[in-house]
Amino acid sequence: MKRNRFGYVALVALATALAVPAAGVSKGSAVPTSVGAGEGKLTLIAWEGYTEKQWVAPFEKATGCKVSAKYAGSSNDMFNLMTSGGGGQYDMVSASGDASLRLIYSGAVAEVNVGLIPAYKDFFKAFQSPATNTVDGKHYGVSLQFGPNLLLYNTAKEKKPTSWSAIYDAKNKGKITIPDNPIQIADAALYLSKIKPSLGITDPFELTKPQLAAAVALLKQQRPLVKKYWGLASDQIDLFKNGGSTLGASWPYQYSQLVAAKAKVGTVIPKEGVTGWLDTWMLSSKAKHPNCAYKWMQYISTPKPQAQQATSYGETPVNKKACAIMNTLVKGSCAQLSANAPESYYRSIKFWKTPIADCGNGKKNCTDLRAWTTAWQQIKG
Amino acid sequence: MAVDAARATEGSPRRGALRFLSRFSWRRPGVKTFGQISVPVAAFLFVYVAALAALLIQGFWTTDSFTGKVIHSWNLDNFRAIADDPYPTIILRTLVMASAVTITCMLLAFPYAYFLVRIAGRRLRIALLVATVLPLWVSYLVRVYSWRLILNPDGALNWFLNGLGLPDQNIAYTNTAMWVVFTYIWFPFMVLPVYAALERVPYSYIEASADLGGHGFTTLRRVILPLAVPGLAAGSIFTFSLTLGDYIAPSLVGGPGSSLIGTVVFESLGLANNAPFAAAFAMVPLGIMAVYLLLMKRLGAFESL
Repeated sequence: MKRNRFGYVALVALATALAVPAAGVSKGSAVPTSVGAGEGKLTLIAWEGYTEKQWVAPFEKATGCKVSAKYAGSSNDMFNLMTSGGGGQYDMVSASGDASLRLIYSGAVAEVNVGLIPAYKDFFKAFQSPATNTVDGKHYGVSLQFGPNLLLYNTAKEKKPTSWSAIYDAKNKGKITIPDNPIQIADAALYLSKIKPSLGITDPFELTKPQLAAAVALLKQQRPLVKKYWGLASDQIDLFKNGGSTLGASWPYQYSQLVAAKAKVGTVIPKEGVTGWLDTWMLSSKAKHPNCAYKWMQYISTPKPQAQQATSYGETPVNKKACAIMNTLVKGSCAQLSANAPESYYRSIKFWKTPIADCGNGKKNCTDLRAWTTAWQQIKG
Repeated sequence: MAVDAARATEGSPRRGALRFLSRFSWRRPGVKTFGQISVPVAAFLFVYVAALAALLIQGFWTTDSFTGKVIHSWNLDNFRAIADDPYPTIILRTLVMASAVTITCMLLAFPYAYFLVRIAGRRLRIALLVATVLPLWVSYLVRVYSWRLILNPDGALNWFLNGLGLPDQNIAYTNTAMWVVFTYIWFPFMVLPVYAALERVPYSYIEASADLGGHGFTTLRRVILPLAVPGLAAGSIFTFSLTLGDYIAPSLVGGPGSSLIGTVVFESLGLANNAPFAAAFAMVPLGIMAVYLLLMKRLGAFESL
């Protein structure tokens, strides 16, 4: 009886949904087929440095969409801003891989018609439908920029390392700096997947309890060797500058900052491979200015703003045509940030995903982000 | 007579509703009192008590770990989880750190405040007092960062030690660094109440002690110190509670194994999106402080606040 009534309600809801006309970009959840006139405004949640004047001002001039951005401090901040208060305050969010799946499954972001984004076809294949923003063939936003998590080392004091084993080696005690983020567990899992195949780790973001325990054990062993779990990129830069640290898990951003400061550093992609982050401009399911949002996605995907953001922030654009422009902005930046690498390189990076209980085998026996966070607290002590 | 005077000033210029209100409250002093204090009491209830109650209630809920939505099912899991692996160590570490910081601040602040009150001249005293509170006008973050520069391997401390021919220290990013930084940051909060307490000791007491044959040390131990205890206790409430809740210093100057209670609360909220556990864990310092305040009340701390 109860079930029947529920079915009836669902039927009515479905009929109502179908009756709502889906012409142009509407405020509903229907995927638009064309982009209408701009609403004159666009509200964004972004990482600091993602809405710099040099590429926002031309957009505002061309489209009449006035951009107002709020900077988020963490992925969790972004998630909360997008879901709290109904989520209608912001049109878009530049979500990283550790938040994007949560945003999709909680219904905070809407499906995007990539057919309306002309520059989309110029994206590297790896970033057209990555698992962080594409579910069941549906796109929830357009990929923006990415960066690998590299092994950084002091070229004057260390031999060039070839393996992540360098940061787990007891002889490097007191030299190592590691990001203070539970997602770092994935780096340990990636390393374990190569040196201990018997654990059966296939995806470093999908760990069963014993696999997580193995990663935690490795990281606990590493703790006495760690000089500092850094929360801010500048922490690690300081430590590399003044000689406190000579080995560490790092980003291209720190490398370019250190090179600019004439520090003797190098980066390595260890033989076990690397994890990485990929940011996506996602569209709120309750966006008040959807046309401006589409215009933004169209604009930010084109080579010029892609190159500007890449060189300004020290990350890699997803549009392969950005490379040439990058070199005109900062000499050699295209190669330095691997914006012209073969497709296989991008495919080899294990991009951040939110660890969730359901890891695709139907058993729901994986550990989720909360378990990872608790584990991370145990590791740090 | 006094009543007549009050009537004359209170009644005459007012009209209508205001006049009625005035007469009414005159006849019913209870209403008058209520009208006067209801706003601050309401503010206290809504801002302080309600916030604490909301915190406590939230501790009994859970969140869906994926969508982050709060699930309103009552249970004690969050409070039970406080006893799980890293947390007892972290609570203990926080307590030791807060105690160490408090004791160090006391040991440094007492002679300093004594010097200000009894020995320094008026100008020097004002200059030193301003210098003591001056850091409070600078952002907390800048002060913590400046200590990072001092403690770094090639920072000011090692430069100074090397100048004296001493070997390098290596305390950057350790619990020792955290202890030094906390002591520095909360020092003014200890000095001021101790200064206030010592200033209240009349000079005649010291003379009386001398007249009765008490030596300098005896006077210090039996006259001045007991009278300074309320000030020390009041200061310790600040230093202790501020250390108990801090999470910025551990993340900036702490190293591996430097998580404090504040760190756990911050990470539960900021990384795991687990507000209920953060709320439950925040009850720990609240409980510790309740016990601590009771102890300090006995020492007369509230007379000096």
